[in-house]
Order: sequence, then C-alpha cells, then structure tokens
Amino acid sequence: MMKVVRGFYSVAYSVKLCKPDVICAYPITPQTEIVERLAEMYANGELGSCEYVTAESEFGAASILVGASATGARVFTATCSQGLILMSEVLWNAAGMRLPIVLVNANRSLSAPLSIWNDHQDSMAMRDAGIIQVYAESNQEVHDLIPQAYKVAEDRRVMLPFMVCMDGYKLTHAYEPVDLLSQEIVDSFLPAYDPPVKLTTKNPLTFGSYATPDYYMEFRVAMHNAMERARRIMEDVFKEWTGVSGRDWGEHIANGGEAETCVIAMGSLVGLVRDVVEELRKDGKSVSLIKLRTFRPSPAEELRKALSGASKVIVFERSLSLGSEPPVTLDVKSAIQKMGIDVYSIVVGLGGRDVPRELVKSTIQEVLEDKVKPGLHFKAKQFEEVIP
Amino acid sequence: MIRITLGAVSKPLESLKIKTGDWGTEYPVIDEKECIGCGECEVFCPDLCIELVEVGVEKKGEKEKVIKVARVNYEYCKGCGTCSVVCPVEAIKMEFKEIYKGELR
Repeated sequence: MMKVVRGFYSVAYSVKLCKPDVICAYPITPQTEIVERLAEMYANGELGSCEYVTAESEFGAASILVGASATGARVFTATCSQGLILMSEVLWNAAGMRLPIVLVNANRSLSAPLSIWNDHQDSMAMRDAGIIQVYAESNQEVHDLIPQAYKVAEDRRVMLPFMVCMDGYKLTHAYEPVDLLSQEIVDSFLPAYDPPVKLTTKNPLTFGSYATPDYYMEFRVAMHNAMERARRIMEDVFKEWTGVSGRDWGEHIANGGEAETCVIAMGSLVGLVRDVVEELRKDGKSVSLIKLRTFRPSPAEELRKALSGASKVIVFERSLSLGSEPPVTLDVKSAIQKMGIDVYSIVVGLGGRDVPRELVKSTIQEVLEDKVKPGLHFKAKQFEEVIP
Repeated sequence: MIRITLGAVSKPLESLKIKTGDWGTEYPVIDEKECIGCGECEVFCPDLCIELVEVGVEKKGEKEKVIKVARVNYEYCKGCGTCSVVCPVEAIKMEFKEIYKGELR
C-alpha cells in the first residue's frame, strides 16, 4: 500500500510487521520518532503480545535487550550518536553472546563539538564490534531492510546483531512515498525466531562466560567466521527479498557498470551522486556509481569485481578515522590492493554540512581532469585554530 | 581440536573448572585461635571462598555453643585481601606466596 510517510514511520511500521517480542529504547534526536511511533502502536494495542520497555538510558535499553534476546525473544531498538556509543559496551557483549538483536541507527555525528546533525561517525565507531551494518539510500529501502535484517541475524549460521543505518534527518524526517509491506508478505518471508539456545528459569545459563587465554581467541575467530558466512547468506536473503517484494536493491553493492572512474557512496548521498554521474555519462564521461550497501561484512570481492576495469576510484566519506584514512577508504584500498587503481578519498558532509550537487559534480570533474592528486581530501573551509 | 559453545554460553558450575587460586600474589592466613566465627569475612568475600566450619562445642553450664571458624578455599581465593580488612579482630593476615617473597620485599 503506497503511502507518503516519514522515515520514522517506515521503520516503525516494518518493525511492527516483524512481530517483535520486546522493544526497548531511549529517545535521542534524530531517532526519537521511530520509538515514539512504536510506543504509540504499543499503546493502541497494535503490537500483540510485544513488551515495550522504557529504559533509563541507552546502556539500560541495550542491556534489557540482551536479557530478553537470551530468553529467545525477537527484539528491537533504535538509537544514534551518543546513544549508540553509550550502548557500545553492551553491543560488543551482545555480538560476543551471539544475540541477533536488530537495531536501527539514525546516523548522527559524535561529540565534541556537540552536533545533532547527520554523518556516519557513530556507526563507523562500531565497525569492529561484530555487528552487521547495512546503509539505506531511501525510506523504502529502510522499510524493506528490517525483515531482511531479522532473517539474516537470526539465521543459525550467523547469530549476530544487525544494524540498519539510515541518515538522520535526511531520511528519518523526510516524507517519501513508501510502499508499505503487508503482514502476509512479511509472514511468508520471515519465520518465527527459533533460538538455538535460550535462557529459562528452569534452565539457568551464563552467556558470554569468562574465557581464559587458552579459549578466548577461538570465540572471536568464530565471530569472524560467522560474519564471513553472513556475507553469502545475505546475498541469498537479498535475492529472496527481490522475489517477494518485487524490489531489487542490488546485493552488498549496487554496481552502476564498468567505467574508468568509479564513484563510491553510501546512504542518502547515493541519490545525489547517481544523478550527477548520470549527467556526466550523458556528456560522454566514463564514470559510474557504486552504491555501497553492506559495510560489515566488507564486500571486498564485489568491490574488486566492480572496479576491475577502473583506473580511478572516488570514495565519498561521511566519516573519519582520525590519524588514518577514513573507514570506507581503508576497506576499498584493502579490497583493491595491487590492482593499480588511484584512490581519491573525499570527506564531505560531516556534522550535517550540506553536500550540494555542484560540490559532487566539481569533485568528480576535478578527478576526471586530473586536477587533483589521489589521496585524502577534506571538503572543509580554510581555518586557523586559535587559543580562546 | 577444541570445542567451544555458541556465544560462550555455559551451564551452571562450569566456572568451577577455572581454578583462580593461582592468580594472586598474596593469600590470607586465618589465626583460628583469634577467629571469633562472626562470619564477616564470609559475607564480604567476592568469590565465595570463605566458609564457616564447626570445630567444636563449648559448654557454658547447661548451654552448649557451637564453635565456628572461617576457612579459606585456596583453590579459588584470588588473594584480594578484603577478608583481612573486614575482620573485626584482625585474625586474618595476608602473606606473600613463597614464589613472590624474595622479589617483592
């Protein structure tokens, strides 16, 4: 059923259709209305037997979900920014305990300085936690990703948390036409969660027990192996989703075709970059767009294939790794090493800085015309740092 | 080949396999003549390594009183020293393990 809704509602409605057993969250801008919509559905009795727990903090919310998930409940939370990093201690544990928690991160910058606006620094800070990360371009894609996230996370070959990343404001607050899924479609696609092990009062268990140096390493390697398995399982789930919904979002990446210069973008920026790339192609330029959907597990093989005919790659980064190169650039470089491709890492739009069409176009043109050297470039203003 | 559980999930009492008694540099020594069997150390021990045990019966006229003293389970005691701090009669002293003696003095 096609409706014009905000990003918040496209998430909340999809979560409802997945029939979670426990929802627990703490409000934080720009995530707030996602959980407000769910709380409203709960209050109206639309969530069946689902428990909606209001927590005292994100740390509490994530901890409650760890407990609930251990009992075999299907759980959901949403957060962002400071809330996500307050959850981080718990989420690293959840991943290690192999609990398939699904969360939506409404991407927002990190303090300091204080900023409530959009970039990808929060989810990137969780890069190594053992959480699957997929970035959505539109509110329809976010809507479609929620049932897929549960299917992947709860697969016994995976059993890891799944974070659906959507740009704060740019998606969360945006009104877009969204084809809302029906209960029948989600029910036919997503089976009930069948936990391989669960905590009951009659069957007490310790999750994430103490592991001595003789054992710890193997548990962490097992998580890496689960991520590697998730890579293939996600491909199957993505394909199955296309069959069920009729919408093809691509796989880990959506490849715009071979070209001498490829442009990589993630999240809501993709639409703008696609528009610019299409214009440049019409002008006869050999340029194409690679939409990066899955960030973890890293789609290295797909990137290698997509870039096999390229001599230059531009990565639009919405994040930083202070003192190194930004996270997506590092992954791209790791994937294409020894292929002799020049990498241009362009950092744009931190802390909600607007990324205008002209900036995207001039950046790509500068690379096409060899007016800029490969390496790291910040699209920031000239500045001088002074003592106050 | 070792076997590990999904999510490091373990059943009750599995942790007993991990003998933590060799972690510390010190260990508590209880002077049973001084110990009044009050149980303060048993309550405070963070690893449940102290137990009050019956060592005899004291007769006071018609009444009989069970004499208890604290005993340490050295298989798991990590030598944190909390018991020696909370003992109201200073009956617990921390001593260096033999292997650390020369080096740390």
